[in-house]
Amino acid sequence: MHELPVIQSILNIIVKHASMHRVKKVHSIGLSVGTLSDLEEEWMQKYFDHLSAGSVAEGARLRIEWVPAVLSCEECGNRFELDKTRMDGITCPACGKKKFSLVSGREYHIKDMEAE
Amino acid sequence: MMAEIQLIEIKEEILSDNKKEAENLRKLLKDRKTFLLNLMSSPGAGKTTLILKTIERLKDRLRIGVLEADIDSVVDAEKVAKVGIPAVQIRTGGFCHLDASMVMRGLDAFDLSSLDLVIIENVGNLVCPAEFDTGAIRNAMILSVPEGDDKPLKYPLMFSVCDVLLVNKVDYLDMSDFDMQALYARVRTLNPKISIIETSSKTGQGIDAWSEWLEREVKAFFA
Ligand SMILES: Nc1nc2c(ncn2[C@@H]2O[C@H](COP(=O)(O)OP(=O)(O)O)[C@@H](O)[C@H]2O)c(=O)[nH]1
Ligand SMILES: [Mg+2]
Ligand SMILES: [Zn+2]
Repeated sequence: MHELPVIQSILNIIVKHASMHRVKKVHSIGLSVGTLSDLEEEWMQKYFDHLSAGSVAEGARLRIEWVPAVLSCEECGNRFELDKTRMDGITCPACGKKKFSLVSGREYHIKDMEAE
Repeated sequence: MMAEIQLIEIKEEILSDNKKEAENLRKLLKDRKTFLLNLMSSPGAGKTTLILKTIERLKDRLRIGVLEADIDSVVDAEKVAKVGIPAVQIRTGGFCHLDASMVMRGLDAFDLSSLDLVIIENVGNLVCPAEFDTGAIRNAMILSVPEGDDKPLKYPLMFSVCDVLLVNKVDYLDMSDFDMQALYARVRTLNPKISIIETSSKTGQGIDAWSEWLEREVKAFFA
């Protein structure tokens, strides 16, 4: 739903770096996105194709690395992946306690781009 | 000569512009001593009603303003203005969320130094507003009982970015199979530090507890 402003933000950053590095064409863009975000890969690419038309990044492919949501046990520090479908009786697989903090899953980064 | 394809490292936060804008706004708020609360929920969960109740409780102790972002309608801002509180309508133009620069522009219409608290009624939506830092000092969300206790499973990000959750319309609890215990467990898994307050704007339950929570946060911000 909010793919548009997110993609616009990605494009702005890419265009800035393209001009800093004096490249003429961006082939692909590496992103890392947490699975807690609601973005959809197919729509991201569609919006990107639309917004990037006529820019240095026209036709570039988005390479998305999805970062899993990982919890860390506040008691013993054990880390494990959150299963969103079974969130009810979550206990730490190592010590059985029930207090956690979220260590990943909210990522929203541009990692790199392939360009010439 | 063929141009060579090179891999260029970037390492930038996607919404970094918005993050920066949000930090600037928080600095300004600190400076003007104005607390900004971002209130989020699905449409109809009870934001406007709760804002009116909150104003009723706190208007003699805090100078309050309201920033309305309900999609292209002035109805909510009018309701608030009727009780004698400055209200500004932000035209989101069908946008699914507010970002920090939209909030900054909206706040321009207020004289911030004459306000202690501004409440944002964000766009009714549990997905997009979670992604965009508005520059608020605290994030609050309302989940109403008729929406069900499984919402944290569907909208985990929203529950993880909020400082306080209001479980509203608890006057409907008897008529539903809403499992409050399960809700607490689900929410706390995502966000162990969140405060949870059960409220009903209809019976008044929890409105005191909520107003006290808010006033405490505002005072702590001023301290
Ligand atoms: N029964 C009951 N109804 C409520 C409660 N809070 C709000 N409502 C009703 O729910 C409807 C939507 O409320 P509103 O504040 O406009 O929701 P908003 O879209 O989030 O601003 C209105 O008809 C309210 O009167 C509550 O605690 N209990
Ligand atoms: Mg409303
Ligand atoms: Zn543990």
